[in-house]
Amino acid sequence: MLELQGISRSVGGKVHIHPTNLTLQKGSMNVLLGPTLAGKTSLMRLMAGLDQPTTGRILWDGSDVTGQRVQDRGVAMVYQQFINYPGLTVYENIASPLRILGRPRDEIDRKVRETADMLHLTPMLGRKPLELSGGQQQRCALARALVKGAGLVLLDEPLANLDYKLREELRVEIPRIFEASGAIFVYATTEPEEALLLGGNTATLWQGRITQFGPTPIVYRQPVDATTARVFSDPPMNFVAARKQDGAVTLGDSQLPAGSFSDLPDGACLAGFRANHLSLTRPGPAAVEFTCTLAATEITGSETFVHVEHGADRWVGLVEGVHLLTPGQPLSVWLDPAHVYLFDASERLVVPAAYALAG
Amino acid sequence: MAQITLKNLAHSYLPNPQSEADYALKEMDHVWQDGGAYALLGSSGCGKTTLLNIISGLLTPSHGRVLFGDRDVTDATTAERNIAQVFQFPVVYDTMSVRDNLAFPLKNRGKDAAYIKARVDQIARMIGMEAWLDRKAQGLTADAKQKISLGRGMVREDVNAILFDEPLTVIDPHMKWELRTQLKELHRQFGHTMIYVTHDQTEALTFAQKVVVMYEGRVVQMGTPEELFERPAHTFVGYFIGSPGMNFLEADVQGDRALLPGGETVMLGAHYGPVAGRVQIGIRPEHATLVASGGLPLTIRRIEDVGRHRLVRGEVMGRPLNVVMPEGMPVEGLPQVAFAPQKINVYADDWRVVPQEEGAA
Repeated sequence: MLELQGISRSVGGKVHIHPTNLTLQKGSMNVLLGPTLAGKTSLMRLMAGLDQPTTGRILWDGSDVTGQRVQDRGVAMVYQQFINYPGLTVYENIASPLRILGRPRDEIDRKVRETADMLHLTPMLGRKPLELSGGQQQRCALARALVKGAGLVLLDEPLANLDYKLREELRVEIPRIFEASGAIFVYATTEPEEALLLGGNTATLWQGRITQFGPTPIVYRQPVDATTARVFSDPPMNFVAARKQDGAVTLGDSQLPAGSFSDLPDGACLAGFRANHLSLTRPGPAAVEFTCTLAATEITGSETFVHVEHGADRWVGLVEGVHLLTPGQPLSVWLDPAHVYLFDASERLVVPAAYALAG
Repeated sequence: MAQITLKNLAHSYLPNPQSEADYALKEMDHVWQDGGAYALLGSSGCGKTTLLNIISGLLTPSHGRVLFGDRDVTDATTAERNIAQVFQFPVVYDTMSVRDNLAFPLKNRGKDAAYIKARVDQIARMIGMEAWLDRKAQGLTADAKQKISLGRGMVREDVNAILFDEPLTVIDPHMKWELRTQLKELHRQFGHTMIYVTHDQTEALTFAQKVVVMYEGRVVQMGTPEELFERPAHTFVGYFIGSPGMNFLEADVQGDRALLPGGETVMLGAHYGPVAGRVQIGIRPEHATLVASGGLPLTIRRIEDVGRHRLVRGEVMGRPLNVVMPEGMPVEGLPQVAFAPQKINVYADDWRVVPQEEGAA
């Protein structure tokens, strides 16, 4: 178990990580999700012991490891760039962490072959890294991280430099590899979809703070605030100003059907909904209609991204099928109230979307 | 602006190519329309960069000709071709203001000051950088610098074409949306011929009117996003477009049905003449659905909640098969998988077989 207790880090008076508490359980997959500069790498470097925290303690299985050197911790890290020894074969690359630890020859051989097998590298053991594809090079780097049986494996955007399709393949394999290893995995990414595919737990990061931590589908469906919802939506969550008065919530020109709004104070609030919940046809009698102007469409082959302007707001919708629409044309879009999140004036979630609680 | 013609174009990096395998680019004949938005899509090593370099003039093809309009530019330099290029990483002069960066290609060609100002203001508005025009480029984020690169690529109205080489690689996902939409808007307003190279299917499909899919040095399909999704011409297109890609099952096709090795029959949405070679049926995960009975037995390995849908990874007769189930649809207690017959495509030796109805039409 890895515990961060009040961990923070400042460099030259600038806060990189605000005081953070986080507990990661043995054998868990944990995704750090946030845009560039949100603090993902800073947090990982603190977990690894590559950087020292300004405040707080780090516990590993209950004992304080805060000042311990990275070499003395059971940590492995994989970076966005594939880091392998170009002069060594794949076999020797995978063996290198064990050789440094001075393990006996037969143990090294056994572990190298086991790990290579798990990462489908067995036929490539005799080759040099540069004779491999990008995906295989990153598998080799992963094998080097896994071979020593580290209790904590940190992956910093490991698929970012790979082709789209290779990324897709490795994404399927990483959960399988992780389950076989029994280690704590921490995986940093900028992409919400990657977090969802990896499952496990997700911590959303924004400007050096963890905004929420929990099981990935829960963080996705029940974000605690608008920032978390923004970070965990691609395309970004759409927002529209709303108002609560006399127990009713008004959204644009429409009123939401009566619901459990009692926790929401009267006055201005914020309504949010995801792109895939915007629709071009009325989804039901309770649906809320908005008159917008079409800014652009993007067709993916099976779906259409619809970019619309509603007053000063710009929204993105993702709808089934191919829709050929002319930019500039007026367009009605609908929203099922069950898909609407309501945030208070300080952007805290007050009323989660009904559908998210039903699932 | 100009129509681009590739005439018997092929390229080998070897001095004396012997067989087809020696060609990085296999022979192709294509006409790209003036004012079209094209994406060159494929994985690394497929030949898309070779093709882009031939169009931009960085590389002279070993065979065939390149025409801009009626003019043969095969041996012309990049400068003579009058094109604009945007690269993967921002190319920005740090010591110059954003305005001077954007104005640079126009000043170089001696445009008058009033025109330059008007044009730069217009472009700055389009890329959302008006407020930054008089700032130095130094210290701007990578996103902002790449916006300037894009803006500078678009600033000249008289270019034959604008070439983009993976321009959004360094950009955060959220910002990609914004830049992609702006790029489409710029294309709509100015009507330049645009060629966009990428390995990212979402970027290619959402940007382009026509996507050119390349595989092992060959254009395997050129089509609209819908054509690539519904009727992939080659199994590679089926695999590469869509996430996850198309499912394939070995089959024996007779008339309007496919017989699987296990003896099951799958109804097809069309009739086929005799099909020879290695025959497979292809079905997209979006067109497969879990059912209680009447389908093929599916062994479920893993269910991934991707938010707006669930991805069911399983096996049919030992072959991997993925199913996409829409949000809110149950997946439990459904042990079989069924396919929408009219959405099934048939492949022989990896190439799509045209059904009789479609061939006759």
